[in-house]
Amino acid sequence: MNLTLHVWRQAGPDAPGRMVRYEAADISPDMSFLEMLDVVNERLMQTGDSPIAFDHDCREGICGSCSLMINGVAHGPNPGTATCQLHMRSFADGDEIHIEPWRARAFPVVRDLVVDRAALDRIIAAGGFVSAATGSAPDGNATLIPKDTVDTAMDAAQCIGCGACVAACPNGSASLFTAAKITHLGLLPQGQPERLQRARRMVERMDIEGFGGCTLYGECQEACPKMISIDTITRMNRDFLRASMTPVRAAVAESD
Amino acid sequence: MELRSRVPGGPIERKWDTHRFEMKLVNPANKRKHTVIVVGSGLAGGAAAASMSELGYQVKCFCFQDSPRRAHSIAAQGGINAAKNYRNDGDSIYRLFYDTVKGGDFRSREANVYRLAQISVEIIDQCVAQGVPFAREYGGLLANRSFGGAQVSRTFYARGQTGQQLLLGCYQALEKEVARGGVTMFPRTEMLDLIVIEGRARGIVARDLVTGRVSTHLADAVVLGTGGYGNVFYLSTNAKGSNATAIWRAHKRGAAFANPCYTQIHPTCIPVSGEYQSKLTLMSESLRNDGRVWVPLRGGDRRPPGEVPEAERDYYLERRYPSFGNLVPRDVASRAAKSVCDEGRGVGPGGLGVYLDFADAIRRVGAGTIRERYGNLFEMYQRITDENPYEVPMRIFPAVHYTMGGLWVDYNLMSTIPGLHVIGEANFSDHGANRLGASALMQGLADGYFIVPSTISDYLASAHPTPVDPSHPECRRVEAEVAERTRRLLAIRGKRTVDSFHRELGSIMWDKCGMARNAAGLNEALRRIPELREEFWRNLNVPGSDAELNQALEKAGRVADFLELGELICRDALHREESCGGHFREEYQTEDGEARRDDARFGYVAAWEYTGDLAAPRLGKEPLEFEYVHLAQRSYK
Ligand SMILES: Cc1cc2nc3c(=O)[nH]c(=O)nc-3n(C[C@H](O)[C@H](O)[C@H](O)COP(=O)(O)OP(=O)(O)OC[C@H]3O[C@@H](n4cnc5c(N)ncnc54)[C@H](O)[C@@H]3O)c2cc1C
Ligand code: FES
Repeated sequence: MNLTLHVWRQAGPDAPGRMVRYEAADISPDMSFLEMLDVVNERLMQTGDSPIAFDHDCREGICGSCSLMINGVAHGPNPGTATCQLHMRSFADGDEIHIEPWRARAFPVVRDLVVDRAALDRIIAAGGFVSAATGSAPDGNATLIPKDTVDTAMDAAQCIGCGACVAACPNGSASLFTAAKITHLGLLPQGQPERLQRARRMVERMDIEGFGGCTLYGECQEACPKMISIDTITRMNRDFLRASMTPVRAAVAESD
Repeated sequence: MELRSRVPGGPIERKWDTHRFEMKLVNPANKRKHTVIVVGSGLAGGAAAASMSELGYQVKCFCFQDSPRRAHSIAAQGGINAAKNYRNDGDSIYRLFYDTVKGGDFRSREANVYRLAQISVEIIDQCVAQGVPFAREYGGLLANRSFGGAQVSRTFYARGQTGQQLLLGCYQALEKEVARGGVTMFPRTEMLDLIVIEGRARGIVARDLVTGRVSTHLADAVVLGTGGYGNVFYLSTNAKGSNATAIWRAHKRGAAFANPCYTQIHPTCIPVSGEYQSKLTLMSESLRNDGRVWVPLRGGDRRPPGEVPEAERDYYLERRYPSFGNLVPRDVASRAAKSVCDEGRGVGPGGLGVYLDFADAIRRVGAGTIRERYGNLFEMYQRITDENPYEVPMRIFPAVHYTMGGLWVDYNLMSTIPGLHVIGEANFSDHGANRLGASALMQGLADGYFIVPSTISDYLASAHPTPVDPSHPECRRVEAEVAERTRRLLAIRGKRTVDSFHRELGSIMWDKCGMARNAAGLNEALRRIPELREEFWRNLNVPGSDAELNQALEKAGRVADFLELGELICRDALHREESCGGHFREEYQTEDGEARRDDARFGYVAAWEYTGDLAAPRLGKEPLEFEYVHLAQRSYK
């Protein structure tokens, strides 16, 4: 198939960017979207042009590296599918495809289609963990966890941290990302001791990083390659509210 | 070069305990005065960095992805082994040890494997405590599944995303330490060389991949957890960025490289679909629990699978290996697939595929149960191939998956360079010539959470490293060499892209040093690889500069190293005149086509030393002794 691409090119964080048109001829429908870009890049390099920079690694939809806005939709047209799992058979011969980076205040562009998502790591660092230092664990079967609970926790834990939810959100909110972690850990018995403190710190961090607030547009769950539900956000809000009403113990304050 | 394994004395069950008691400790107040560099944030590196920081060391951790959570470990699907014997099916630490030594075709060090089996039990506990949502039974207890090479059910899993969940547990522990100030994280930063001063590893030279800035980082010890080198074959199940640069540069600075030719070809991957193919996708081995592998009995049978009657199908694994059936170890399953395809009985385009059929399992337990067990894998398959595996059998073919070889390490996981520790897939340690499924996650976490944090204390307490200044001439020299290499790559301005060289190298490696090897083919590879390398340095085209995010430049550096490592792999494969595990030399097979080992001549670890001349590395040998598991021809019949 033959396609026309319009790709965002930007030489560096402070350089101006613009859409550039490329013809992508002879593309096989069995190629993945990123393989199509590989082919375009090989051709660009052959003619001495600089290849289009984009993040990718596993190409199996699990590492969360790939991050393209395709025709204005995060990860493109197929629901529950990361960019790297999208195949060209989802497009038609002659299509025009617009490819842009994630756009959000908290995700500055690094180059072309590559953005800086370190803010997501900092949200996890603020509280997205269970403090269980190596060596201190009881037997894995010491605490029973109902299958349903663990399955629901796993639904949220599947988040690949790609940031599509942020890119899709008109407010640029990272609520789905943050709520997925709060839900995963908050459902499990191991996550209880730090549950409220976790919600408070992570939500506060999200604000500090410049992510917008959540007004329940619901675009995030549509864009999520793991189809994580916005129910998790309700849970996050509840935990956050409870945390705001619970006095912070001196011990917790000290560890801050 | 001295290869002292430093295996402690005493009975095997007591060695690790005895050793832990005998090792020196660093007093808690002094720990914070030591800096340790950890390169890699996968299961091995991430676990090591978090655990050492918890102990009080100052840790600097590096990865090339934009976040430590994206390390290749994230992609592991099937599960992690542990000798918990929760199923009461006869498992034990000894049995896991035995299965691993036997599965590795008697080419691993017994003491290390025993320790791995012992620690396996603690790993599960640790991960559960971190909130890893392992699959559970209705009663709330942890669930298990079976994996190849074992007759007990000891694999713990989180749907088909076990690696993801384990890595997230580890990454969260790491971020917790980042927030506390114990770990400084350097994402998008690539180690390009090792600094060795007065015979000890003292730091690394790394390039900031965003700005291109090259800088020196110093420490009292260096730990490499940089993963495997399967991408030397270009097409593999590894993530695109997985590379050998860190271990290869360390090798060139004096670390011996052990058993480079031991590569694992995984039997169940989605077959190649076209020339543009950029990587191969694994279908977890756990599928062999319920899927039956077959090809048509007759060569050239082009009927769709549904039209081939039962009587005209050859369930060749069940036929050849009645006691293990579809669950034989990977090397055995891969070779069997190759041989039926060589006979012209392969299916799909080019005849390079075999069926993995779930029809019986769906009849037996229902599509719902199968969906529950493997839903995400079936979806992944359908997305890639556009075929529905609930209705037609999957087509699978072997692909490069894992590298058992790696930098040589002693019992303390220290390389031949004092102060340089190597963990996870990057070292050669525990899997011998073939790794059993669900054992890499176990090894990475054993190394990272439990072993290296202890052994590093022993090293620091005994070596008393003195401070080094970044202006030390050796730092300057290594930094200058790194800069010069980058400059050279950019200055060639030739005609061929990095990928075109990488593909060509990969096809040489796959054809001559893949599932089956022979002397003539290996000699040919040893002629062609240096030629290709020569052309690379003459005709490579890397656009752009070194002062920016330049992905072509990153790849070029990695492929330059693969072009050297590939040669060593072939040399090792040529020298090992026997077949064992993943290393199958056609000249050395039994009458029914199984691997024939030669314990008398090759019962050793081959540890290669860099001499400055790629054509003439020096071979060191660490003899392997088997006191517990008796050397025997493996049989899965
Ligand atoms: C598709 C797939 C499925 C698998 N499934 C299973 C399974 O079910 N069970 C099992 O036990 N095993 C499985 N494995 C194997 C297992 O996942 C790996 O062996 C293991 O995760 C390797 O972990 P690691 O920590 O050693 O390295 P990795 O996870 O590869 O991490 C390497 C780290 O090093 C960093 N790095 C590398 N080079 C540099 C450099 N030069 N500078 C800076 N940083 C660098 C990377 O950024 C990364 O952080 C699977 C493997 C694949 C490919
Ligand atoms: S490249 Fe890993 S999720 Fe797409």
